[in-house]
Amino acid sequence: MLLKIEKRPEPARSMVYVTPLLALLLTILTSMALFTFLGVNPLEALENFFILPVNNQYGATELIVKATPLILCAIGLSVGFRANVWNIGAEGQLTLGAIFGGGVFVYFHDVDSVFLLPIMILMGAIGGALWAAIPAFLKTRFNANEILTSLMLVYVAILILSLLVHGPWRDPDGFNFPESRTFSESATMPILMEGTRLHMGTILALLAVFGTWIMLSKSLIGFQVKVIGAAPKAGSYAGFSQKKIIWFCLLFGGAMAGLAGVSEVSGPVGQLLPSISPGYGFTAIIVAFLGRLHPVGIILAGLLMALTYLGGETAQINLGLPVAVTGVFQGMVLFYLLACDVLVNYRFRMAGFSKVAS
Amino acid sequence: MKFKPLVSLAGAVAVVGSLLAAGTASAEDKVGFVYVGPVGDHGWTYRHDIGRQAVQNALGDKVKTTFVESVKEGPDSERVIRQMAAQGHKIIFTTSFGFMNPTLKVAKQFPNVKFEHATGYKRSKNVSTYSGRFYEGRYVIGKIAGKMTKSNVIGYVGSFPIPEVVRGINAVALAAKSVNPNIQIKVAWVNTWYDPGKEGDAAKALIDQGADIILQHTDSPAPLQVAESRGVWAVGQASDMHHFAPKAQLTAIIDNWDKYYVERTKAALDGSWKSGDTWAGLKSGMVELSKYNEAIPADVVKLAEETRKGIIDGSIKPFAGPFNKQDGTEAVAAGKELDDGALLGMDWYVEGVQGKLPK
Repeated sequence: MLLKIEKRPEPARSMVYVTPLLALLLTILTSMALFTFLGVNPLEALENFFILPVNNQYGATELIVKATPLILCAIGLSVGFRANVWNIGAEGQLTLGAIFGGGVFVYFHDVDSVFLLPIMILMGAIGGALWAAIPAFLKTRFNANEILTSLMLVYVAILILSLLVHGPWRDPDGFNFPESRTFSESATMPILMEGTRLHMGTILALLAVFGTWIMLSKSLIGFQVKVIGAAPKAGSYAGFSQKKIIWFCLLFGGAMAGLAGVSEVSGPVGQLLPSISPGYGFTAIIVAFLGRLHPVGIILAGLLMALTYLGGETAQINLGLPVAVTGVFQGMVLFYLLACDVLVNYRFRMAGFSKVAS
Repeated sequence: MKFKPLVSLAGAVAVVGSLLAAGTASAEDKVGFVYVGPVGDHGWTYRHDIGRQAVQNALGDKVKTTFVESVKEGPDSERVIRQMAAQGHKIIFTTSFGFMNPTLKVAKQFPNVKFEHATGYKRSKNVSTYSGRFYEGRYVIGKIAGKMTKSNVIGYVGSFPIPEVVRGINAVALAAKSVNPNIQIKVAWVNTWYDPGKEGDAAKALIDQGADIILQHTDSPAPLQVAESRGVWAVGQASDMHHFAPKAQLTAIIDNWDKYYVERTKAALDGSWKSGDTWAGLKSGMVELSKYNEAIPADVVKLAEETRKGIIDGSIKPFAGPFNKQDGTEAVAAGKELDDGALLGMDWYVEGVQGKLPK
């Protein structure tokens, strides 16, 4: 029997939805083998990874708290990815959002006003967009590769934050430790559910997802993004400006990442620290693709990735599994997804059968 | 068949799954540890994990110790600490400065759980703080370094310019200067606690600038490995690192949490635990020095041992005057010494340290 891979006449629509599930299934099976190898009961391990972290109300809200910055970054990136604008620097734009938003508090820490938080949120989005404007300018003016420029600016952004919290923005009562004042009540995201950390940033994320969905399906710019991504030439014949789309995608992605940054520092973090994100901007790339660049898919993918973090912690506490298992797990999801994506454009066929049949 | 391997794998998994053990009911008390780095860092976190194992060995069946490694400072740490508290841990050790505010927040919600936070300065009814007077060990190392250097340049790989690290640099400078007035200390900041690549590069840069002794306040053995390959001296950090640099390691400063962890755990279990602050050094054994390198001349070993014993019996105080600040103005007059408050907020260099302290 000979197994042949042949190109489908046209991409299979059903596979677009089947492959993420197939990838997840393969990941689970492989990880069960891995758990067995590590001497842990695989079912117990899976229970620790996927069920125990969220089997109570607090755990469920923690999942949403963790997924919020991932979803915000991913929804912003997804618009760019649709138009082949490869913004890899959401982490840096998130950091700038935190700096701009948090900076408002640092300078107006004694102001007790209902306008403080909205201004911080707005400044956060502006900060992220400004940081993404640099790769946009370099791309449209000098045709510099935005993958490289946006990625390199991540490190610049993190060092700027480090400079600020080690220096001028340091808490004057903080024994010289590198952190800002803790944010006051009026600079903190309101908590949505008493006794949990679920905060208003989640509402922002849902609004962003909904808004993006409307934009992509109903607005002209959304249509242009999709056309330029699917068929750049058709787009240019139609008179769509490639440059305008590049600017739009980067600014939008930057603003969303900036929102994620300010929602983190004025939410669960509560102050500016030298490091405010454990790589949300990078993980969001996986989330965007795992979610098929679709708003609803991104919410699901964001929750799934967040769950792997929470599950990794539970598995460490209860089973003594090393933290590296979480990384292996996330890597496998992406690997299998990309591998399974072959099925979208190709199909398997028994060489022997087709001959008989024909 | 395409799906054959998949099916058989699923079958195998089902078989394994049927061997599911009958739950993990346990009567022992749980003791939790939250680490900032990987347990295999051979430095800071590694030593805390040795402390955890000491608790497990000392109390045996009575306790079950658990840990989570590589926990990011910030929101993630709050969730991990809270999860441990919610699962009924009796006492939780949070072993990084950045876990301070999260520890306090969770402690407020779980008044019956005892918390121990390393290197912080905020306490509450159920949150204690503890740390080692590592500068005492560094003072001994400074004496050795001052004697062993030929180029009179000591390289220092610094993590973050916070008081804890600045204090160590100053202790080395004061000790080295007392035996070698021409000494210079060059500091390279890497802005991380653990990054073997950056730490190694910093060590290389310092050696290129003439340093023939590499000290470090970061957690990986990378600077020692660089020192070993470049034929200069180095000092291990947090644990004995001579496996990584058998020729280069003069000695190592060792964090020993064993005794403290066992004592505090016992106290938490028998109800005698009270919130407090512990800042212990060579005398208590929380700070130790590893075996001296055999290449160190006998008179230097003697000097080091005298210094160590002097600190233990109180006759030597590392930050006793007179000494000057970096700019030559008097820091502490003769007959006086810095108190703990001044040490905890130290944000200036003493004479002999090169470069500007980042602010």
